[in-house]
Amino acid sequence: MSDKRLVYLDNSATTPVDPRVLEEMLPYFQDKFGNAASRNHSFGWVAEDAVDQARERIAKLLGADPREIIFTSGATEGVNLAIKGVANMYRRKGNHIITAKTEHKAVLDTCKALEREGIEVTYLDVNRQGLIDLEELRAAIKDTTILVALMFANNEIGTIQPVKEIAKICAENKTLFFSDATQAVGKVPVDVKDMGIHILAFSGHKIYGPKGVGALYVSRKNPRVKLTAQIDGGGHERGMRSGTLNVPAIVGLGKACELASEEMEAETVRLQALRDKIDRELLQMEEVVLNGAKESRLPQLTNISFKHVEGEGLMMTFNENIALSSGSACTSASLEPSYVLKALGLGDDLAHSSLRISLGRFTTEEDVDYAIERIRNGVNHMRSLSPIWEMYQEGIDLDSVEWSEH
Amino acid sequence: MAYSEKLLDHFKNPRNVGTLDKNKNTVGTGLVGAPECGDVMRLQIEVSEDGIIQEAKFKTFGCGSAIASSSLATEWLKGKSVDDAASIDNMAIVEELELPPVKIHCSVLAEDAIKAAIKDYQEKNAKA
Repeated sequence: MSDKRLVYLDNSATTPVDPRVLEEMLPYFQDKFGNAASRNHSFGWVAEDAVDQARERIAKLLGADPREIIFTSGATEGVNLAIKGVANMYRRKGNHIITAKTEHKAVLDTCKALEREGIEVTYLDVNRQGLIDLEELRAAIKDTTILVALMFANNEIGTIQPVKEIAKICAENKTLFFSDATQAVGKVPVDVKDMGIHILAFSGHKIYGPKGVGALYVSRKNPRVKLTAQIDGGGHERGMRSGTLNVPAIVGLGKACELASEEMEAETVRLQALRDKIDRELLQMEEVVLNGAKESRLPQLTNISFKHVEGEGLMMTFNENIALSSGSACTSASLEPSYVLKALGLGDDLAHSSLRISLGRFTTEEDVDYAIERIRNGVNHMRSLSPIWEMYQEGIDLDSVEWSEH
Repeated sequence: MAYSEKLLDHFKNPRNVGTLDKNKNTVGTGLVGAPECGDVMRLQIEVSEDGIIQEAKFKTFGCGSAIASSSLATEWLKGKSVDDAASIDNMAIVEELELPPVKIHCSVLAEDAIKAAIKDYQEKNAKA
C-alpha cells in the first residue's frame, strides 16, 4: 500500500482544468482585470472582447447564436434559473412541469421548492435502462404544462435520453423543453437548434474548465424564451442574470468549449475504447451487472454492481490510489443508496454494490489497466470477507433468508 | 471521511476472518443486518466446556467501519467468558476505532452480532 500511484476515474464529478484553458485564463486575473460592463474605457473593452469571444466559442459548440448564451456560476444555478425562471415567467399560461425521477438533485430539489409554491410537478418513471417512455411523456402533457425538464445524459449511469424525440413532442404541444446537459456537453454532440432544445444548462468544470462558471442557452427565436431573473441587480445578461461577469472563468469556459469542439470526436473514440475494455474485463467476473443502458450511454462512463460486496468497503481497498464513485449509501450523507439506481428498479442491495467509473481527457490505458486489476482484486478480497457471498456459493437463496433489517 | 489508524488496520488486516461449523453444539452463530441496508455481519464463537470463548470468526458484507467493528469484536471475544462477552458495549467499539457519528450503527450491529451468537450458543446448550 506504499504505492503512491494516483489514478483519477471520477471525471463525472469534476475534471482538472486543461493547461491550455488555464493559460488563456491567467491574464484576466491581473493584466486584463477589467469589468466587462465598463463600457467607457479600454480595461472594460478588453474584458468585454474576451467575454464575447467566449460566448462565440460556447455558441459554436452548442449550435446556438452567441446572443443566446447566459453566463452563470455553474449548472446548479443554470438549472434553478431555467426552471424557476420559466415557472415565474409563464405562471399565467400554466403551472405544470414534467421531469423524471432520475434527474440530478439540482432539478429535483428545484421542482420540490416550486411545488411548495403551488406548481404541479409530474415525475416520470424510467425503465431498467434509465430511459423515459415517450408515450408516457406525451400522455403527461396537459394544457397547463409550461415546461418539460429532462436531462440529456444521466450523471450516475450515463444513459442518454432520446432528446430529439422529446423535443419533437414538446414542440407539438407548444411546451418549452429544458435539458440539463451538464454531463453531455463536450462528451457527445449537442446541437440545440437541430435537436430542438429551448433551454440548456451546463458547467465548466466537467469539461476541463474552471469551477464556479457555467452557461445557460436560452432560445431567442422560435420560440423566444424569457426567464424571470432569480438574481436581481445591474441587468447583466439580457436582464436574466445580474452580477459582474467572472471574466477569467468565462474565458476558461470559452476555451474549454473550443477544445471540446476540436477534440471531442477523437477523444470519444479513445475513451469509449477504454471504457469498453473496463466493461469487458469487469463484466467477465461472476455475479457482476452493468447498470443503465449499454448502448444509449455516455462514451466515457460505466456503472457496475458487484453483487455481495458493499461499495464503500470495496472502494476502501483501493481509494488510496484510485478515485471513483459508488452508489452505496455509505459514501453519501443521506444513508440511502442511489435514488437513480433505485429508479431503474435495482434492489437496494445492488445499489449498495455499485461503482461509477468515469474516464477523462487525461486518463491513460495504463490507468485503466491498473484500475481493472485493483477493482478485481478488491472485489475478490471483499467477497472472501462476505457472508452473503459464502451463502450464495453454498446455493442459499438470499431472498429466502429472514434478515434482521435495522 | 478520514478514518483512524486502528480502523484502517482492522480493515486492511482483518482478524479472524472465517467460518466455524454452525452445526456444532459448541458453536454459536449470529447473523445480523440485511443486504438491503448495506451491511450483514456474521459472527461465530466456539465455547469450551468451562464457558470460555476459545475461537471467534467473522464475515461481514459492509463498509470499512462494519468490517473493522466485527474484526475488533472477534479479537475482544477470544478468551472471554460468555458472560463477560455479553457485556461488550457498542460504545467501547466506537471509542476504540474512533468511529464517526454516521458509522455508529456499525458498532451497534457488531454488538447485536455478539449477542445473537451468544443467544444461539445458549439455546443450543439449553436443549442439550
